[in-house]
Amino acid sequence: MSVPIDIQAVRARLEQQGGPQVWRSLEAVADTAEFKQYLHREFPTNASEWLDPVGRRSFLKLMSASMALAGVTACTVQPTELIVPYVRQPEEEIPGRPLYFATAMSLGGVATGLLVESHEGRPTKVEGNPDHPASQGATDLFAQGSVLTLYDPDRSQAITQLGEIRPWSAVIAAVRGGLSAQSATKGAGLRILTETVNSPSLAAQIQQVLQLQPSAKWIQWEPVSRDNARAGTRTAFGEFLEPVYDLTKADVILSLDADFLASEGAGNLLYARQFASRRKVDESADNLNRLYVVEPNHSVTGGRADNRLPLKSSQVEAFARAVAQQVGVAGISGAAPAGSDPFAEAVAKDLVAHRGRAVVMVGDAQPPAVHAIAHALNAAIGAAGATVSYLPTPEAVPSDQNAALRELVTDIEAGRVQMLVIVGEANPVMSAPADFKFAEAMSKVALRIHSGLFFDETATLSHWHVPAAHYLEAWSDGRSFDGTVSIVQPLIQPLYGGKSAHEIIATLSERPERNGYDVVREFWMANRAGGAGEAGQAGGVVPAATAAATTAPAQPAQPASPAATFELSWRKWLHDGFIAGTAFTPAPAVLAPDVATRITTGVAVEGVEINFRRDETIYDGRFANNGWLQELPKPVTKLTWDNAALMAPSTAEANHLQTGDLIAIAHDGRTLNVPVWITPGHAKDAITVSVGYGRTKAGRVGNGAGFNTYALRGSAAPWFGAATITKTGDTYDLVGTQDHWSIEGRNIIRSATLEDFKAKPAFAKEMEHLKLDKRISLYADKEYQGDQWGMAIDMNACTGCSACIIACVAENNIPVVGKLQVSKNREMHWLRIDRYFAGNLDTPDTYYQPMPCQQCENAPCEVVCPVAATVHSDEGLNDMVYNRCVGTRYCSNNCPWKVRRFNFLLFQDWNTPQFKLQRNPDVTVRSRGIMEKCTYCVQRINAARIQSKREDRAIRDGEIVTACQAVCPTGAIVFGNINDPNSQVAKLKASPRNYATLEDLNTRPRTTYLAAVRNPNPALPANPMVGGHHAATESHEPAAPGGGH
Amino acid sequence: MANHSHNTALLEETPVILPGHDFETVTETIAEIPLSKRFPLGWIGVLLIGVGLAGMLHMALGYLLLKGIGIWGNNVPVGWAFDIINFVWWIGIGHAGTLISAILLLFKQQWRMSISRFAEAMTIFAVACAAIFPVFHTGRPWLAAYWLFPYPNAMGLWPQFKSPLIWDVFAVSTYATVSIVFWYIGMIPDMATLRDRAVSRVKATIYGMLSLGWRGSARHWHRYEVASLILAGLSTPLVLSVHTVVSFDFAVSVIPGWHATIFPPYFVAGAIYAGFAMVLTLAIPVRRFYGMESLITMRHIDNMAKITLATGLMVGYGYGVEAFFAWYSGSPHERFMMWNRMFGPYAWSYWTLIAINVVMIQLLWLKSVRQNNGLLFVMSLFIGIGMWLERFVIIVTSLNRDFIPASWGMYYPTQWDFMTFFGTIGLFLTLFLLFLRFVPMISIFEVKMLLPQSKVKHDHVH
Repeated sequence: MSVPIDIQAVRARLEQQGGPQVWRSLEAVADTAEFKQYLHREFPTNASEWLDPVGRRSFLKLMSASMALAGVTACTVQPTELIVPYVRQPEEEIPGRPLYFATAMSLGGVATGLLVESHEGRPTKVEGNPDHPASQGATDLFAQGSVLTLYDPDRSQAITQLGEIRPWSAVIAAVRGGLSAQSATKGAGLRILTETVNSPSLAAQIQQVLQLQPSAKWIQWEPVSRDNARAGTRTAFGEFLEPVYDLTKADVILSLDADFLASEGAGNLLYARQFASRRKVDESADNLNRLYVVEPNHSVTGGRADNRLPLKSSQVEAFARAVAQQVGVAGISGAAPAGSDPFAEAVAKDLVAHRGRAVVMVGDAQPPAVHAIAHALNAAIGAAGATVSYLPTPEAVPSDQNAALRELVTDIEAGRVQMLVIVGEANPVMSAPADFKFAEAMSKVALRIHSGLFFDETATLSHWHVPAAHYLEAWSDGRSFDGTVSIVQPLIQPLYGGKSAHEIIATLSERPERNGYDVVREFWMANRAGGAGEAGQAGGVVPAATAAATTAPAQPAQPASPAATFELSWRKWLHDGFIAGTAFTPAPAVLAPDVATRITTGVAVEGVEINFRRDETIYDGRFANNGWLQELPKPVTKLTWDNAALMAPSTAEANHLQTGDLIAIAHDGRTLNVPVWITPGHAKDAITVSVGYGRTKAGRVGNGAGFNTYALRGSAAPWFGAATITKTGDTYDLVGTQDHWSIEGRNIIRSATLEDFKAKPAFAKEMEHLKLDKRISLYADKEYQGDQWGMAIDMNACTGCSACIIACVAENNIPVVGKLQVSKNREMHWLRIDRYFAGNLDTPDTYYQPMPCQQCENAPCEVVCPVAATVHSDEGLNDMVYNRCVGTRYCSNNCPWKVRRFNFLLFQDWNTPQFKLQRNPDVTVRSRGIMEKCTYCVQRINAARIQSKREDRAIRDGEIVTACQAVCPTGAIVFGNINDPNSQVAKLKASPRNYATLEDLNTRPRTTYLAAVRNPNPALPANPMVGGHHAATESHEPAAPGGGH
Repeated sequence: MANHSHNTALLEETPVILPGHDFETVTETIAEIPLSKRFPLGWIGVLLIGVGLAGMLHMALGYLLLKGIGIWGNNVPVGWAFDIINFVWWIGIGHAGTLISAILLLFKQQWRMSISRFAEAMTIFAVACAAIFPVFHTGRPWLAAYWLFPYPNAMGLWPQFKSPLIWDVFAVSTYATVSIVFWYIGMIPDMATLRDRAVSRVKATIYGMLSLGWRGSARHWHRYEVASLILAGLSTPLVLSVHTVVSFDFAVSVIPGWHATIFPPYFVAGAIYAGFAMVLTLAIPVRRFYGMESLITMRHIDNMAKITLATGLMVGYGYGVEAFFAWYSGSPHERFMMWNRMFGPYAWSYWTLIAINVVMIQLLWLKSVRQNNGLLFVMSLFIGIGMWLERFVIIVTSLNRDFIPASWGMYYPTQWDFMTFFGTIGLFLTLFLLFLRFVPMISIFEVKMLLPQSKVKHDHVH
């Protein structure tokens, strides 16, 4: 505390920079050691607070309180709050009953249709839109988590100019001023930087701006881009196309680094559903598909592979060439990487044997060459037109994003840019390729305007910052992967006066004050009212192929006025959540005859290869301040709150590394220290780091979490490249929720190969440790006259994507506990996904097992509670009576599944007003000192029961959908009445694959599992199937600990 | 018991009280301590340590109430840790007192008379320390303190009688009540002695009130004897039942390492073992400090060491049976539990426990060891540690890796765990030192019965 601060020196340093330059140079000054020291010393308490999760929580509370008070004295006029009943009841609004509105969320240039639950005007929970082609009722974890971002108290809350709060009119004036300066050059100095735009109306708006300012340029840029896929189709077909797969028809799938089951690329929810539809096998099991995965990192999809080959990213091309050669693709040849010959050969034979019923998929991280080879392969195996079709891209204007950003930086450096408008969450200051030195370049633009949800790193370097409206707060539209257009309708007024991208772009147009609603509606009125023309055409931005492909189905001529007709259509679109008939029709994609020669061979990476990937939970960093997603264990590694350098056990061994060791990664002249996380199944001599961590301006949750790997990532090798790793000797505490890899030879997971399953369909039942003939119990059996609930989870369908965990968190008001508490095994997730590796460490089989409360009939938790706080309901549930719980934790100790969660501290945030709005009013918010657990979403059961009683009928099968079940893209979780033999769940429980975990304990779980049936190629060496005593990993100790704890 | 002649030989060798005492000297030796005006420096020093630690306990519990039990290291899967370890440890220690005063009374083991009073005091203070944990370890102690008792209420809610924790509530509260009553009733004649010998008016008044009007009439003595016998009869099953019920907390569960039928006898033996070790821990320095060697003789020390050895062997048998049944059950979970105890991350605790409770106590076969006060004191301290570790092994190593490997987790205690534990030791020390100073630590009238003078009279009465 007593370190002398030379304020004079700092001040002098600041003054030296001089006049108007001060603001811009503040960063430079701050970068000096003395200034950092000064800043740190000035607020030492807070500086430390940021780093300590517990401190951060308390700080967050304090800040929230002060924020709430700040509103009292702020200059802005607060809306008058009246606590009175509705004078005029809004239509359909019944207090206490939620309403659902259709909308859509776009991420990475692809929209997903959603239904959002709204309680008295507060969106609380996101569900998939069952009618939407991309969703079919499911969502990914980002959509689930997005509702927390909406209420994030760290979102920017005011329009600022250099830190001063300004009105919206000032922004418009500033923009108009900037534009008028450009009038002479027709906008030559204007650049618009957006995320990938899949909104036809926004694209049209931008095109209009570009018509007014013909010399201006529009750059679309995102760090997790699909450039490679786009370039691949251009190589193969000569145009940008979107491959769309039909996995229901695919018997054999080869994934070349494609994580199509998780949230990579477009259409993943649908693909997961289609994939699983071929996995839910009955006794015949003829339908079972086979999945080959070749990838560097152990992905979610890799965990579901029947045969998986870990290969460095740079070797995937050679592998693809070898397969292509053996399949007989003209002009493409090559030798498979060392040791992968048998695999390539087996894959090629399988693909050929399933001509027309096989497909090759390629991940976005693979270079265009691999995509092009895959297109050629798909043509050769008859996939094109059968299992894959080619559609125009959902993006309004596909572009080479890296090149576009490079051009922008070059233009700025050349002094050609005077005005830069950045819209969206791409956050280029953070995420642009390190070699672009974007932050440095950006600071040279005279007028920098940024609009985003957060006052992030890019906002810090901008003159103007306008809070963006969340997608749940603003009107927009967007295309899903197959082209279907959804209208994005807001569920709530912008909480912080945010402006949508439409409204920001409108300031550049002739009508600067148009609101988003008018923009979107007028666009669609113009383009759709008469049934003529298609969306983007008005702006002339859709490539010819698109226009040809998307001529909308003619609407029947109607006598009513166009406006009235449009109003009807508009309402229908809003109600349905999408505009029917806007899906693209497949383009007649013809492989370029010279495709083989157009494919350039990639450069092999010698030594260690570094892979950059989108993060599985925080995407590209835009969800860094989302506590739900930060705390969500990453599906394969189970790591939370951090990113790490994932590497194979053998690589770690060779470099004498342990999980948690900090290594210095040198890549392309840049170095970064990142801790190691050992991941079985990772390719050897390769490391994988996810991007998006290490944020400094993310907010109170995301700041300081993880390591900024963008600082390593260059434009030359955005996905993978050569690196060297050196052990630093330091360690870092990484926290995972599951440190143990092995199943210890237990029969919790049961699996068989297809042959074994056909020979012995009831194999799962035969794996019981102790076969109990008599179901004895000290207490009398309960009789169930009416409904009794049960759940069946198909482990053959579950992909481990973890969306169900976030759905559960959102539905049940589950608190975020922070990294420190997770490190103490105190995470609160009611539903966890257990992940086990089986077989050898290099190419293990992976199994995922969603683990909610088993709702035992002879529940061990119930008999030990001294105060009867957990009791059996007359529908078979283990009910938790929160008010009665005194917190002895005996129930948790006695739970063999350890699915009970205890509020060791006051984990729930009781103070932040925004979070109060977010919570599900149907679920109790739990306080400190009490036990909680999965209730089978009892609030949904009760809602259905009330409804059924009103209608004097029984509850219908499928009427109750638990939150985890609703979100699951593969339909792995089925809930229902097991007293009804015709219910879906009862039928599943009658399946030969059905088994209960730990059945020998005679607790009679109501949650049962359907055993996994894997379909490995018999020609390839396979790991033994797990369960009972057959497991290969019989050892009691894992070969190496998986976690830091 | 061994053959009679051996016993007689020993009796002759080391009498229960050393020769030279008569009624007067016994009364004087014992009553002098509470009645004197001196506060020995050593006593003050140890009391300060005790009070200091008890203050730390206050702090730890205060912070616990403020923040929640998350300040401890407990987690999921290890929902119980120091809290229940300490509870079982203290309750176990309490067992020696009741055993000495009740069971040995019924068995007419006269040597018990010199040590019964302070062993009973130890019991009560240990139970008081133990009682802190089950209340404060709950998430909401302000509710747990009364919701666990069956009291009539408007909601018609009762405790759940299937739960061993409820049995625990009854077992421990009964035990505490009976122990206090037994202890107090046994003190009444001595309180009257102090009243009669007190010089100061204040002391005479206080001891007078505590002696409840005892005049030493034959009728008083008769009633006293009857009450003693009844209470001894009541206490005797309690010695066995309390720790049996405590063991049910574990045995009734489904967790490997807990779910074992050996637990009730094994826990009771362990409790007596720990209790006698604690009596030794206290008796050895106390008899030295207060010059009570003639009343608490080597005969007592020897007997207690023998009981320690006997119960220690039973505990060792318990370890063997646990391991055997883990194997014999054929259950992979049971087998893994045993493997995990022996070779898992907490293997050190298991092997330390074996080293103390199985290997070290074999030294007690040697008379030279049993007669060596210093060595015996150190060994009794180790047995205290060993028995604490036994509960650690049972609770933590069973919970940390149970059925589902994905939910396995390690447990690490925090500073608050240690502060609470050492705090209760401080509380115990404080209470015990106050007892030594203000209450006759040895039953005056009972010791007198051991004198030859009373023997003659005794024979005549019959």
